[in-house]
Amino acid sequence: MTNFPVEKIRADFPILAELIRNKPLVYLDNAATCQKPQAVIDSIVHLYSHDYANVHRGVHTLSVRSTDKFEGARTKVKDFINAASDKEIIFVRGATEAINLVAQTYGKANIKAGDEILITAMEHHSNIVPWQMLCEQTGAILKVAPINLKGELIYDEFEKLISEKTKLVSVVHMSNALGTINPVKQMITAAHAKNIPVLLDGAQAIPHMAVDVQDLDCDFYVFSGHKLYGPAGVGVLYGKQALLEDMPPYQGGGDMIRKVTFEETEYNTLPYKFEAGTPSIADVIGLGAAIDYLNAIGMGKIAAYEAELLDYATEKAKQIKGLRIIGEAEHKGAILSFVLDKIHPHDIGTMLDSLGIAVRAGHHCAMPVMDFFQVPATARASFAMYNTKEEIDVLMKGIESLIEVFG
Amino acid sequence: MFEDLRDLYQEVIFDHNRNPRNFRVMDNADRKVEGFNPLCGDRLTLYLKMDGDTITDASFQGSGCAISTASVSLMTEIVKGKTEQEAEDLFKKFHEMTTGKDEKFNLEAVGKLAVLAGVREYPARVKCATLAWHTLDAALKNEQKSISTE
Repeated sequence: MTNFPVEKIRADFPILAELIRNKPLVYLDNAATCQKPQAVIDSIVHLYSHDYANVHRGVHTLSVRSTDKFEGARTKVKDFINAASDKEIIFVRGATEAINLVAQTYGKANIKAGDEILITAMEHHSNIVPWQMLCEQTGAILKVAPINLKGELIYDEFEKLISEKTKLVSVVHMSNALGTINPVKQMITAAHAKNIPVLLDGAQAIPHMAVDVQDLDCDFYVFSGHKLYGPAGVGVLYGKQALLEDMPPYQGGGDMIRKVTFEETEYNTLPYKFEAGTPSIADVIGLGAAIDYLNAIGMGKIAAYEAELLDYATEKAKQIKGLRIIGEAEHKGAILSFVLDKIHPHDIGTMLDSLGIAVRAGHHCAMPVMDFFQVPATARASFAMYNTKEEIDVLMKGIESLIEVFG
Repeated sequence: MFEDLRDLYQEVIFDHNRNPRNFRVMDNADRKVEGFNPLCGDRLTLYLKMDGDTITDASFQGSGCAISTASVSLMTEIVKGKTEQEAEDLFKKFHEMTTGKDEKFNLEAVGKLAVLAGVREYPARVKCATLAWHTLDAALKNEQKSISTE
């Protein structure tokens, strides 16, 4: 391996020292959620121990401290994805809420009966259902660009589906079920040629690669904090300022208003217009700490290390008789989805758990993907920067043993 | 290597998973109900042949994990010849056994279904074992629709 400081990184994650069923934890369910470094845990403990009060409200010292840290985290997120302004960073509960927000504000204001919304066949349910709900409300039509047997978008078909009726393209940056990384830049250019805005679901992509929203030129980018080594309960909606300015607010309440009388309400400016109510203050600050932690390592180095892990795991997996990898895109992130001949993924999950190995078994909230590959479910090992080749060896040995037991 | 799992994956379960009993379509079935566990994608179709209120034949088709396959396979064996009431009583006992609320549960009350008692220790897998029985329950109540564990 390249000289990636994986042992030093592992030491920063207290949970990795945990024994599961008396065996060292091998945590390979990172696509579901990542573990947290001590720096993130400490940031939350420190806030509640020393600096906590509500944000944007008081003139007292603690409110000022909390607000400074909270807004400081916004700037960290802005820099992390290279947004043009703090005003473009909206804190929400997660990627799911961010997509629902866009559907119910931008969508309702701009999408009408007969209009089309274009997604792909590899979307997570969170980038399907909000659009189905919008279609039900407006009479718009959901179009789905197909994938091939390797789990890649069939780009020509995608381009053909962009029409005068298309009002929004909403696609996954990296698939959670297959690992596929979509050619999003090319897709955005194609959509923009017809003046169609593009939302990228970055929930999976964000912990695995450097993301530059200005370079991508996407109109919206959404992700969750908990998949970026930060706390659960906070996520980010990035939107281009001009689009956000024109959008109606999502929820009404405190913080999102400038002036309220019983006759009328004047909404607050960006980003507060979309942040009604007391936010998840500690989680936002924890997300900022996660970003500091990642910046100190470098997203480029993380991506290179994880690519080595994936290559190693893929090569090992291919040597196992009866194992079929689901998702073999040329361009993919550190996810290994697989099925075994005559052994159900749920049995794989339970058996590996008894060895201390955490993998996901199920449909990964992507039932249409499972239907496409004609499997009820898959087992999925998803890697993070703290995983090692040795852990992959433990996984592969576990798989070989369970195949033996099932006979 | 899998010593901890011996209570869950007993040899009988592997046997029924490899060679499920009564795994066939029943063309002249009196009852046919589909069971679905959306959490793991397990699907089964249960067929019953009735004579009055007695189950004279039971069979199934579908795909699922070893626990769910063994459970439905064992169930189709054990309910043959039972009356609706007897089958419902067995379902109640099976449910008690797998949800594990009664520490002193008498395993003899469920006969060979006792091999599935191990799921008590695995809350995530209880539904794999009970899907078959929920489907049977729906079939006995003559609910001609799909049932789901969720």
